[in-house]
Amino acid sequence: MEKTVNQKAWFLVLPMMVIVCFSAIIPLMTVVNYAVQDSFGNNQFFWAGLLWFEEMLEDERMWNALWRQLAFSATILAIQVPLGILVALSMPKKGFWVSVCLVLMALPLLIPWNVVGTIWQIFGRQDIGLLGYTLNAIGADYNYTRDVVDAWLTVIIMDVWHWTSLVALLAYAGLMSIPQAYYQAAKIDQASRWAVFRYIELPKMYGVLTIAILLRFMDSFKIYTEPFVVTGGGPGNATTFLSIDLVKMALGQFDLGPAAAFSIMYFLVILLISWVFYTVMTNLEKEDTQR
Amino acid sequence: MARITLDALAHSYMPDPKGPEDYALKELNHVWSDGEAYALLGPSGCGKSTLLNIISGLLEPSEGRILFDDGDVTHMTTAERNIAQVFQFPVVYDTMTVRDNLAFPLRNRGHSADVVAERVARIAKMIGMEAELGRKARGLTADAKQKISLGRGMVREDVNALLFDEPLTVIDPHMKWELRTQLKSLHHEFGHTMIYVTHDQTEALTFADHVVVMTEGQVVQIGTPQELFERPAHTFVGFFIGSPGMNVIPAEVRGDRGVVGGQDLPLGRAYGPLSGKVEIGVRPEFVRLTAEEGLPVTIRRVEDVGRHKIVRAELSGKDINIVVAEETPITADMTRVVFDPEGVNVYADDWRVEPLSTNVGEAA
Repeated sequence: MEKTVNQKAWFLVLPMMVIVCFSAIIPLMTVVNYAVQDSFGNNQFFWAGLLWFEEMLEDERMWNALWRQLAFSATILAIQVPLGILVALSMPKKGFWVSVCLVLMALPLLIPWNVVGTIWQIFGRQDIGLLGYTLNAIGADYNYTRDVVDAWLTVIIMDVWHWTSLVALLAYAGLMSIPQAYYQAAKIDQASRWAVFRYIELPKMYGVLTIAILLRFMDSFKIYTEPFVVTGGGPGNATTFLSIDLVKMALGQFDLGPAAAFSIMYFLVILLISWVFYTVMTNLEKEDTQR
Repeated sequence: MARITLDALAHSYMPDPKGPEDYALKELNHVWSDGEAYALLGPSGCGKSTLLNIISGLLEPSEGRILFDDGDVTHMTTAERNIAQVFQFPVVYDTMTVRDNLAFPLRNRGHSADVVAERVARIAKMIGMEAELGRKARGLTADAKQKISLGRGMVREDVNALLFDEPLTVIDPHMKWELRTQLKSLHHEFGHTMIYVTHDQTEALTFADHVVVMTEGQVVQIGTPQELFERPAHTFVGFFIGSPGMNVIPAEVRGDRGVVGGQDLPLGRAYGPLSGKVEIGVRPEFVRLTAEEGLPVTIRRVEDVGRHKIVRAELSGKDINIVVAEETPITADMTRVVFDPEGVNVYADDWRVEPLSTNVGEAA
């Protein structure tokens, strides 16, 4: 078929280009601008080159925040994915209780981040919080503002409470798409419950689980509001994740240069991990179609 | 291998069935003899899959009992019944290789590696997939997957029965014929009781020793292909089996004479007094087109299907089909039909009426 060539078609893309420039590219360039310059106030800037990048790469503070961040993301994925699958497997397949379960599961997802943080911040308090008070009343020395382990546990349990249902709902959707004949065939083949999970349910959930892991990873990697509201990054810097640290540096200390360099590297890390995910996913897909 | 007895079996998907229309499967008593090949034939939604799932234990019947030989298995699981079943659409374990797929039912039952290897090799040869044994099942074509499903159904030697639920729907026509032949030879070799659900009459008639015809949750006839052809017990069987189906013509029946559209017709056999809706059924193969004698018809068109010609005509306002041999010329004056008395059956309210006696002349 002959294609019509009309260069005026570029004008159709123009409004979108303008919006993207305005909302993403220009702000990003501002950050790049800050990252390579230094200022002593008075709106005067001096060329700094890669100085801030070098400084940040040697800065223990950023590395610590990065390791904390990776540990946090890994922990919540390790809990939420198996737990979500388990919840999805135990949900009813039909009848009245399906809707009840779905609504209950969706509830935590509907609560705004800072409200989730506030709920847990109060819930965990020793004086008025149900959880904190009860734990201390039965003899556990629980105090998330003072104890590092308690702070981590609180933040992780909060995230599990908030987001496991997302994994569960996605896994449930995957489970529901399995035709009944698969279960019937498995019964006839006398497959064990584990074999049914391993060879039928898990392969069929593969696609949605990839999405769930990707979503949960990205969301947890940029987590800010909930830990900020609950622990404020403390005790000390124990729960200061990347974004909390970045905000502290940029808006708290007003170290614009290092913060800009930091945020660019943060951006590159996210880009890198997303690229790895993407490559792994597409390669697996390719393997599927080639076989 | 076992004899399967259905004792007053019925099933309704509703918790509280009121009338017969609430039953997916109406009451049924039947014995499936050990080692026979049966086909369960009927249109979509007639209850044949329901019946099959009840036999295999995937579905518990709401009424009645199932016996394997003399043991009641009504409440037993599929595994306890030791049944193999193949479904309409391919069910394969995607992440396993073809070999592991075939070996799966054997391994789950704790067979030794030698037995597994021997059986898998045999079945792979039978379904023609020896070359693909090491491949992952994922990404194979639908008919390759269905061949694996079939293979997995047949891999166990000691099953009580082999059930097939329209297994060749997704298979290419030439492969269909080959697999059906394979199934038949497997049946001859091992003598499993086989039940084969299909809506394709050719498949049913070529595969089975006995064909069970179902419609609307009810078994209307069980018989050999020949019986279904010559003596359909119900007008539905006449319609459903044969191409084109049986001609059913409203008639009056008095002894051994019938009256169709005011014309007299010999029936060959005598019948007692009949009530209800009385019809005669005659297959197109038993209708002869002539110029001299018989009932007058209006010919609408002639279709030449290669092996024979099908004449579509009208007999006293009712459509009638006539099969004419390919080499017989059809001339313009051939506007009458004669029914071969051998091929004429009488139906009252859709059910075939047995003639009183075969000694026609004296009875009349």
